Amino acid sequence: MLLGRVVGSVVPCVVAAGLEGMPMLLVQPLDTTGKPTGRTLVAADGTRMAGPGELVYYEGGREAALALDPWFVPVDHAIVGIVDRVHTPGLEAKP
Amino acid sequence: MIIGRVSGEIHSTINHPFYDSRKLLVVEKTDPAGTPTGDYLIAVDVVDAGVGERVLVLDEGNGARQVFASDDAPVRSVVVGIIDHIETPR
Repeated sequence: MLLGRVVGSVVPCVVAAGLEGMPMLLVQPLDTTGKPTGRTLVAADGTRMAGPGELVYYEGGREAALALDPWFVPVDHAIVGIVDRVHTPGLEAKP
Repeated sequence: MIIGRVSGEIHSTINHPFYDSRKLLVVEKTDPAGTPTGDYLIAVDVVDAGVGERVLVLDEGNGARQVFASDDAPVRSVVVGIIDHIETPR
């Protein structure tokens, strides 16, 4: 899993079966100091509670879909948690 | 598996039920000599590792789910060992 900042939401009009109503959020990957790294990606929100501005952790690959209900869906990134605090020198999470 | 050094802990209350009461560690990947590669990952801790320790991280879904005896846990990275010593004969 990696840290990311939710920077927006994506509203698809047609989705594959199983993804109806699934929140899709735009996530900017971060390094451990909170600095953006790489390009933004779209992640399904497994918590269904994340919103723009929030610090989250997300899973990539086949495991991402397992965070969702139903889980047998075509998804490659999913948010699995919202960060309250990162206890590491250099980065304190600002929820 | 990956060699890394624990640099922090992550606390969250809103998360997938699998992560309830699980310890999440921020692990900086390193080379065998201990030099950070600049990459990192967040892994679930099953060996009670702490900040500063060198650890062995499993980064593969099937093996990770096996660790938790689960078919459907959304988990891929697990801290499965604490490293004492690495020997590299030249």
